[in-house]
Amino acid sequence: MNAAASGADARIACAWAALDGVEDPEIPALSVVDLGVIRFVTAQPDGCMEVGLSPTYTGCPATEVIQTLVERALAGADVGAFRVRRVLAPAWSSDWITADGRRKLAEYGIVPPDHSSSSLRDLRPGGRPVACPRCHSTDTETVSEFGSTPCKSLLRCRECLEPFEYFKCI
Amino acid sequence: MKIRDDDLFRYVLRLGDLSLVLGQRLGEWVGHSPALEEDLGLANVALDLIGQARLLLGYAGEIEGRGRDEDQLAFLREQGEYLNPILAEQPNGDFGRTIVRQVLIDAFQLELYERLTTSSDEHLAAVAAKAVKETRYHLRYSGGWLVRLGDGTVESRARVSSALESLWSYTAELFVEDDVDRAMADRGIAPRLADVQKAWSARIDALLAEATLERPLDRPYSWFGKQGTHSEHLGYMLAEMQYMQRTYPDARW
Repeated sequence: MNAAASGADARIACAWAALDGVEDPEIPALSVVDLGVIRFVTAQPDGCMEVGLSPTYTGCPATEVIQTLVERALAGADVGAFRVRRVLAPAWSSDWITADGRRKLAEYGIVPPDHSSSSLRDLRPGGRPVACPRCHSTDTETVSEFGSTPCKSLLRCRECLEPFEYFKCI
Repeated sequence: MKIRDDDLFRYVLRLGDLSLVLGQRLGEWVGHSPALEEDLGLANVALDLIGQARLLLGYAGEIEGRGRDEDQLAFLREQGEYLNPILAEQPNGDFGRTIVRQVLIDAFQLELYERLTTSSDEHLAAVAAKAVKETRYHLRYSGGWLVRLGDGTVESRARVSSALESLWSYTAELFVEDDVDRAMADRGIAPRLADVQKAWSARIDALLAEATLERPLDRPYSWFGKQGTHSEHLGYMLAEMQYMQRTYPDARW
């Protein structure tokens, strides 16, 4: 029984390692694990591994690509039978981007999201100003609430005049 | 799984159709918006709405239990089978009119989804929990524009005032409770529409005050989009939206 349990643990670890190698198709600096969309990896009683996957936005076209990439990565790893299940609740939050993910985002030039919990009911923009990723000035303005992908918005620094992206906080 | 629950089927279809029709309308702006940023903004909102519609129509198909999936429901139903309130299908007009329609519906969806997160129907509650986050962001965008346009130039103010005046009467339909709405509320699946209306009204009043716009008077109405009776505009929209699936059934790429 211990051997079976450790076998399952080994498969779970192996699955996480494989998933860590799956890049987000829109933001390749991040893995899907960094992004926080992998909700769980469990060994089911029927011997099948189950992987929970959440969309960042309901209409995000990357979700289907991510699912395909995840399935491909798991098929290529030594995890045995598996299935990917879409998980809606609780809804994905930008708070779930890992510390590692936030660091990678910043290095990539995308400002990581503020923490959403305190501002969930706020409808007006406000709060702390977003600092420019290049010169770190907080004299910045929002050019567009929406950007090149559903998860980002577009800002501009008034100090160095460069545009930059901010990961939406939801 | 709930099989052949007609009230629930119709209720979920109404929610899905509202998102689908509004999303399709917003999609018409792509490549035509006044600025690139607004093109991105409207397209992003459209994408979220279509995403919500997929989840809702997919669920409606499961409830119906006749093997219709989200695509069949979206692309192969006739006008009279669409159950969206007719505010959603009203033509885009100018940017100001699109923003007014958006504010009115965003505020409605926000108040509705917030309450649906505690629905006794687990699947609906999960979809609502996801959608409410997106909708909050939509209203932040549309509300911001309403304030800028209303409290803007003489021209922008005149345009949004007249759009508000002409679209206002369609909002009544959002809150008319019929047998389906009552059945859903009695079963704890959906909130009472009177509660939604009260919260919506307060939210809209606050936005209108900030935009220095006057709230139009409520007038008698006779709109029944939720029962499948639509304005002349929906048919043209569906003709374009459904063209591919009707011409090349089950086309894939």
